[in-house]
Amino acid sequence: MGSEVQPVVSSVVRLDHVQVSLGGKVIQDDMSFSIEDGEYIAVLGPNGAGKSTLLKVLLGLIRPTTGAVEVLGGAPGRRNAHIGYVPQFRAIESDMTLRGREVVRFGLDGNRWGIGLPSRARRERIDQVLREVDAQELAEQPIGRLSGGERQRLLIAQALLTDPRLLLLDEPLANLDLSREQEIIGLVRRICRSRGVAVLFVTHDINPLLPDVDRVLYLASGKSAIGTPQAVITKECLSELYGSPVEVVKALGRVFVVGAET
Amino acid sequence: MLEILRLPFIVHALLTASFAAVVAAVGGYFLVSRGLTFAGHALPNIGFAGAAGAVLLGIEPVFGLFAFTIGAGVVVGILGKDIRERDVSIGVVMTFALGLGLLFLSLYSGYAQRVYGILFGNILGISARAVVATGAAGVLILAVLAFLYRPLLFSTFDPPAAEARGVPVKLLSVLFMGVIAVTISLSIQVMGALLVFTLLVGPAATATRLVKGSCAAIFVSVGLGLAFVWFGVFLAAANGRLPVSFFIASLSFLVYLPVRLLSPMGREAA
Repeated sequence: MGSEVQPVVSSVVRLDHVQVSLGGKVIQDDMSFSIEDGEYIAVLGPNGAGKSTLLKVLLGLIRPTTGAVEVLGGAPGRRNAHIGYVPQFRAIESDMTLRGREVVRFGLDGNRWGIGLPSRARRERIDQVLREVDAQELAEQPIGRLSGGERQRLLIAQALLTDPRLLLLDEPLANLDLSREQEIIGLVRRICRSRGVAVLFVTHDINPLLPDVDRVLYLASGKSAIGTPQAVITKECLSELYGSPVEVVKALGRVFVVGAET
Repeated sequence: MLEILRLPFIVHALLTASFAAVVAAVGGYFLVSRGLTFAGHALPNIGFAGAAGAVLLGIEPVFGLFAFTIGAGVVVGILGKDIRERDVSIGVVMTFALGLGLLFLSLYSGYAQRVYGILFGNILGISARAVVATGAAGVLILAVLAFLYRPLLFSTFDPPAAEARGVPVKLLSVLFMGVIAVTISLSIQVMGALLVFTLLVGPAATATRLVKGSCAAIFVSVGLGLAFVWFGVFLAAANGRLPVSFFIASLSFLVYLPVRLLSPMGREAA
């Protein structure tokens, strides 16, 4: 402790006995875990278990009632440089006209004041991330006419412009059909591995992510468990988490959690 | 036709209408994008109550107009979030304000011409001083909107993501409504409280269905706004009897209608 000569490698995220309350109700109690560079983590749990809230805690938008949170070696910040965040799907105003390129650009300078005069360097950076998410053809499209999957790719491109070490994706698979789901999953896998960025992927269904993720973080009934899918998604672990009997059924190469509100 | 440009009151009208149209078209783009069109209708009506109250108290109606419009704008900005719930509260406040306005008018025994000017606009009776004041206020509003441009657009499109990047979403929402309130107060001289909506929403709503990007939409919106007021003033001058605001409102409607029916743009947001 403290006597090592070499500098301590700081985790991307470290939570130490964190309690989070919303409107006086304890959402998560005594949450402790850390996430290392390049780790791919699925965040699971029933509605209201605090999955989105956890992402907001990491972004510094919600303060924990007790405990310590460290993100990228510091307190969760207001500006969040090097964190890419894709919020939950929302319907957008049908009268809002924005081209795909403009949506992506927010990731670069959406938080700066002024108009921002055209620049070639910025254009090239935007083109580069558009290629990375395979969305060049969406650059000039109006956002209102894109499908859920196309929009999701643009939002991920926007998040990549912060050069993230940590990528927070809040239910990116919601509102997608199966083939689009696979596209987004493949894209996130590629980004995680090639950029070495740590990913927190909030999802309802772990099955499509099972081959990819390093660990799962399961939130339920104010408690949490983290570990490999094989260790966490078990009858014993989840029964203790929910505080009631839960069965884990494996069938057709998929796992199902039975007896709990998922 | 161009002879009418020798008449000072026509020149004043054209200048004031142009300033108001440009500012309303730019502000209107954000208003429409933020789903706040109903607020654009309600604020001037609330402002009318302020003007009527000011007349009753014996002060300049413009002061009452500003106070009520900006006050209501800030409240709308604070209400924020859920559009449906917000529109209900705006509607309730607006009808209450209209009731108050009527009460003030009936209590006032004097000559209420200036209040009617607020309701219907008084574009052909604008003094040189008012033209300069409108121009200065217009330049100021454009400068503020230019300064807020990127974060305002970001927070309009995706408030949670903008907030995560440190954009003061709530503050922007209040500031923006303040800007809209001032814009409305300027445009009321041209169109009157009942028809300000035309300058604020007509050009912007048409533009967002004609072009794709935000910049293009703002420029087209400004172009349409200017075209509406110029043609409106010229038609009214040529006609000599019908009011200017009638022509402007009709032009705005006649252009919006085919665009709305024919354009596929932005129809379905998934």
